[in-house]
Amino acid sequence: MKVLVPVKRVVDYNVKVRVRGDKSGVELSGVKMAINPFDEIAVEEAVRLREAQLVAEVVVVSCGTAASQETLRTALAMGADRAILVESDAELQPLAVARLLKAVADREQPGLVICGKQAIDDDANQTGQMLAALMGVGQAACASKLVMSDAAIEVTREVDGGLETLALPLPAVVTADLRLNEPRYATLPNIMKAKKKPLETLAAAALGVDVTPRLRHGRHDEPAPRKAGIKVADVAELVSRLKNEAKLI
Amino acid sequence: MKTLVIAEHDNLNLAGATRHAVTAAARLGGEVELLVAGECCAPVAGQAARLAGASRVIHVDAPIYRDQLAENLAALVVSLVKARACGNVVCASSAFGKNLTPRVAALLDVAPVSDVTQIFARGRYVRPIYAGNVLVSVESDEPVQVLTVRGTAFDAAGDGAAAPVEEGAAGADVGLSRLVSRAIRRSERPELGAAKIVVSGGRGLGSGENYQQLLAPLADRLGAALGASRAAVDAGYVPNDFQVGQTGKIVAPGLYVAVGISGAIQHLAGMKDSGVIVAINKDPDAPIFQVADYGLVGDLFELVPALTGSV
Repeated sequence: MKVLVPVKRVVDYNVKVRVRGDKSGVELSGVKMAINPFDEIAVEEAVRLREAQLVAEVVVVSCGTAASQETLRTALAMGADRAILVESDAELQPLAVARLLKAVADREQPGLVICGKQAIDDDANQTGQMLAALMGVGQAACASKLVMSDAAIEVTREVDGGLETLALPLPAVVTADLRLNEPRYATLPNIMKAKKKPLETLAAAALGVDVTPRLRHGRHDEPAPRKAGIKVADVAELVSRLKNEAKLI
Repeated sequence: MKTLVIAEHDNLNLAGATRHAVTAAARLGGEVELLVAGECCAPVAGQAARLAGASRVIHVDAPIYRDQLAENLAALVVSLVKARACGNVVCASSAFGKNLTPRVAALLDVAPVSDVTQIFARGRYVRPIYAGNVLVSVESDEPVQVLTVRGTAFDAAGDGAAAPVEEGAAGADVGLSRLVSRAIRRSERPELGAAKIVVSGGRGLGSGENYQQLLAPLADRLGAALGASRAAVDAGYVPNDFQVGQTGKIVAPGLYVAVGISGAIQHLAGMKDSGVIVAINKDPDAPIFQVADYGLVGDLFELVPALTGSV
């Protein structure tokens, strides 16, 4: 059985993003890019399943420009077996990505898809659930634990107020939350090996998917900064200010 | 154009988050109908019918909706949207809403908009991206607008005159998922996402025992919910769902008390819209002080009990 793991190239999580002067978007030139952290967790989970001999192959796929090859190589260095780049220079919104991934899934016939729960750039938290809908399979979003048996999985999800565990027949789509695992660092020998692993490039247009954006993104703004507060001398002053100034207690 | 609000509930009580979703739905113009789907959930349908602004409740009662799983619910929502010619679907951007609504949107072949914080008109919104560091205006011409809305950005709808409750037919079981178990903590404290005061702890507390010993009494005294930074959750002090931040809960209480939290941008993303922020930290240069209205530098092990004793 094969696991398909979609990965996205995003601004590195340590970067403090800035809005471009003309408000048309976020400044991306010269900014450090990286694999989306939740996708990294998804890759790790898939590689662990293969290492436990529960699956035979881990295929990573990224939709985006040629620069996403770098992201795919990162996933290959973590242990994925081969990579597919669905190349497009267009702005790809989550629905378009889900439809491209559906087309890839039709070709690859994975038994399981593991996505990151959200990309840390658009914070949409949509693609995995939409892919599950398009594939007509079950979904387990925000997974913190995944147990695989023959033709089914049990997934523990993080929900408001606690946890829930679902049983899903395969194929299914799982999205990885923060605590599913701790991704490994790619070692230098594995980074070298990853350069020789197969990376296939498909043109998005060749998959027969119309990727025209459905949503128009207009003005980008940085939220108004909070005005600087004050340091209080002691607990008594804090309580007094909370009572008399903020009138909160 | 009619809006369908998907009510969130546990078959007994309507979730507070749905009240905020109803307020947001009203901003789209047109009638607001609520879907209450579950098993033996007539009491919830009754609660939903009394929400101010609700024009109708569609109550669908069947065992396949008992556990609120996305596969069967999404199929039901899609059939209702088509049958009733709804132009909008709105749900709170809770774990429930984030799980369900993208599935609904994909089945309708429309692009959903997540985490909406402002609605100017139908099809014109603002939502945060990059952990709340950027706000982007979004325009959509999709025939059905599928939205999740941030509870912190819209007031809770109150109660009004009872709207009619209509019984709806259940769909067939799509059989794609089954609930094995659910462990939801029952707490006497207010819900983290809806609390007026939140007391939140970080790595500076040093242990789960310290967290409980220091913060629980303060939260009790203030009638506050308890939250935590990612560092505190990762260190095992508290369960995962205490986490406030980009990947955890987004909160905007009137008062947020951050204890032993340094203030990583991912944490600030989850609480910087709070009314008043109090930070207690021994490091005077901690980034949390840049957003705090009142900062108290010192040893939290002395300051927190003193604070508890004087509020």
